[in-house]
Amino acid sequence: MWIYEKKLQYPVNIKEPNAKLAKYIISQYGGPDGEINASLRYLSQRYTMPHGMQKAVLTDIGTEELAHMEMIAAIVHQLTRGLSAEELEAQGFAPYYIDHTAALWPQAAGGVPLNANQIQSKGDPITDLFENLAAEQKARTTYDNILRVVSDPDVCDPIRFLRKREIVHFQRFGEALRDLQEKLDSRNFYAFNPSFDKK
Amino acid sequence: MNMNPSMQGAPISKQALINQINESCFALDDVILFLDTHPNDAAAMDYYRNVVALKRQAMDLYQRQYGPLVIDSVYGNRWDWINDPWPWEGGC
Repeated sequence: MWIYEKKLQYPVNIKEPNAKLAKYIISQYGGPDGEINASLRYLSQRYTMPHGMQKAVLTDIGTEELAHMEMIAAIVHQLTRGLSAEELEAQGFAPYYIDHTAALWPQAAGGVPLNANQIQSKGDPITDLFENLAAEQKARTTYDNILRVVSDPDVCDPIRFLRKREIVHFQRFGEALRDLQEKLDSRNFYAFNPSFDKK
Repeated sequence: MNMNPSMQGAPISKQALINQINESCFALDDVILFLDTHPNDAAAMDYYRNVVALKRQAMDLYQRQYGPLVIDSVYGNRWDWINDPWPWEGGC
């Protein structure tokens, strides 16, 4: 069960619409390393975690990713708000506008739609936690790439916040992995799958 | 952030309350992840209790004056949950 808080995790107040930037930043909504995929990945993986710590980390980070999804949506919404069809076209947003007007739709910067094939939920806790460490780094790289091409401080500020959270999540996943490994056979972490094989 | 939970007394501006909510909520978001992987850390537990008190107080003060942020905190006689602006429109 989830409870909605009618607030953003971090403020988004963009004064200057810019559909060109919206086209880049929407990748962190529905792109391969975006916030929807992050949340879906962690909230799906938690059912096959063997211990409370890993279940908690996946639940709580998966929940925070939903708040990040909302922040990215707010950025894209505010970057396209109030623009005419002519302005959207002039700013390179026409292909998206034709299919979605100024709505939010989960796609990557290049137009590829959200797809569960972009994530994994493998049912082996070591494998899944390594997947998540990589996922946090991929999202951090995407934010670094965005920050190289965006100069509007109203956009950079919340993007920098989101980038920092990827680093914190990477740290927590690393701790969750270390804790799991300490509970496994130290001579062979791979002797059995603790969430599937009967010892 | 200010760790003193006593905020009563002088009236607080709407923006100051929003800042208190943002700060205390973020502190909570961060410390819960730390506690997930450090469940026996006494200093983190103290910090957690402190930011929970700050968040509750700031949320309560805000919601009684400016409308609900959570669905069980509609205090007036009208269903103010539907009021604009929403978070993505420049609300709280």
